[in-house]
Amino acid sequence: MKLIYEQSVPGRHGVRLPASDVPSATSLPAELCRSEAAGLPEMSELDVVRHFTRLSRRNFSVDTNFYPLGSCTMKYNSKGLENAAGLMADVHPMLPLLPGGEPLTQGCLAMLHDLGSSLAEITGMDEVTTQPLAGAHGEMTGMLLIAAYHREKGNKKKYVIVPDSSHGTNPASAAMVGYEIITIPTAPYGDMDMDAFKAALSDETAAIMMTCPNTLGLFNPHVKEICDLAHTKDALVYYDGANLNAIMGKVRPGDVGFDVIHVNLHKTFGTPHGSGGPGSGPVGVKKSLIPYLPSPRILKKDDGSFTIDRENGRSIGRTANFFGNFGVMAKAYAYILQQGREGLIRVSEQAVLNANYIMSRLKEYYDLPYDQLCMHECVFSASRQLQHDVHAIDIAKYLIDQGYHPPTVYFPLIVKEAIMIEPTETESKATLDAFIEVMIEAARLAETNPELLKNAPVTMPISRLDETKAAREQKVCCIG
Amino acid sequence: MDMYFSKDHEWVKISGTTATVGISEHAAHELGDITFVELPAVGKVVKQFETVAAIESVKAASDIYSPLSGRVTSINETLENAPEVVNESAEESGWICTLEIADPAEVAKLMSKADYDEYLKTL
Repeated sequence: MKLIYEQSVPGRHGVRLPASDVPSATSLPAELCRSEAAGLPEMSELDVVRHFTRLSRRNFSVDTNFYPLGSCTMKYNSKGLENAAGLMADVHPMLPLLPGGEPLTQGCLAMLHDLGSSLAEITGMDEVTTQPLAGAHGEMTGMLLIAAYHREKGNKKKYVIVPDSSHGTNPASAAMVGYEIITIPTAPYGDMDMDAFKAALSDETAAIMMTCPNTLGLFNPHVKEICDLAHTKDALVYYDGANLNAIMGKVRPGDVGFDVIHVNLHKTFGTPHGSGGPGSGPVGVKKSLIPYLPSPRILKKDDGSFTIDRENGRSIGRTANFFGNFGVMAKAYAYILQQGREGLIRVSEQAVLNANYIMSRLKEYYDLPYDQLCMHECVFSASRQLQHDVHAIDIAKYLIDQGYHPPTVYFPLIVKEAIMIEPTETESKATLDAFIEVMIEAARLAETNPELLKNAPVTMPISRLDETKAAREQKVCCIG
Repeated sequence: MDMYFSKDHEWVKISGTTATVGISEHAAHELGDITFVELPAVGKVVKQFETVAAIESVKAASDIYSPLSGRVTSINETLENAPEVVNESAEESGWICTLEIADPAEVAKLMSKADYDEYLKTL
């Protein structure tokens, strides 16, 4: 397939402009005038439409195929949510901030405020900021809040405790805020080693960051004890909500004792993500942290109207332009209203049921390092296939040929040759069964015809890429 | 020259007050093709088992923990453009940095080659 620049034909246009019948402007300064034509491709409208339509058909998305990418919750994003967001797309993001703009944007402000209230209700927190633009941005915002809390109290804190089954962004976020990281290993049952945790916890512990369920797809039964122990040292407990899809409507992290949480609207709340699309990582906090929340905040007045509070006193300040990724929030708000309380509970029940169904049907064929009921995702190991020199990556590439997006491989790092499958709630049993059959076939091929797996994919526009060469010899260029 | 290993799969070779640090052949094999090594700054002071460098492979990005406390005295600049040397020769020319040893007694927390080989069998 040719690049759009390679399809350019000199002189070809999308529209034929009539000859100008007014005098040319002469007042523009010469240095602002272009001396040569912009290097844009010259194409007709139909050329452009065909080019991008062809490109889109080479794209892989949950709209076309099953996408069981572990740790990423690639659920189907209802088209109705797109329509809902479209209703609010014409408002200029500066409008509410301009003098006299508040009365003209009451609907938008109400949406932002009510989304925060809904998320606070779902997570058991006292207030939510919707500013952070993605999960890791939410983590950093949360850690800044924790740092502000300790600073104001005069606490001498130095360390953040992170289990090795947490998301990799957790230690990165804590380090960005200036804390040193203490990593706690995983116990045989897949939860954090409690003895190692107790040994690491000290008066200098600023926070514990937990991904719950963790990256093994397991719910830590000790979360309450961990929160209580942390609080005896005035350490705060951070809940990475990337895996909230497993417990929504079942457990409220705030009720367990967590102090800060971020949620990923682009995972749990049905808004698109991937391919660089915008995300949203609202952060919820308990009362003790409300004074430090990012400004400006949206407040509801006694008369029911909404206003923007620019008070910046103890706040950590602004963390995003305007109010964050508004379009993503509009879709998430519509999703929450569409599902309702019962619907959100059903979502997590179905997500967990689907993951356990896949786990129980495939564990005969793949090693399952932590063999117990899982939450919304399950983690296999291709160690059995490794005996035939077949790696997790070979199975992943074979799945592409069969029309499936590969699961996450080689993550979490604590599982050798990890294959992490998250089916989500939006898939039918028929889809899961078809996927399971392909996974069983891959396990069979590993024994009988490993070369077939090692040569996959063969049905794609390009064959298997040399990932090492791509990483070591980067050639990034722009044509035109 | 004495050679010791850590549980995190780093090795250290000791010659007088200088320690040379790298990752074990086992670690290099497990990581797969290494694509980038983030070397420390010369002069950086590290404590035992704290992060001294980072390594990226096609599979993962991992921290490299210093087997001993000390000050970084030199780095293997070859790795900046040829990280594959770690795969080819993890325990010789794929060394990462040298340290001026702060506390020779810390060696007690490391394993001999024979002990490390036994440890690998338990993983």
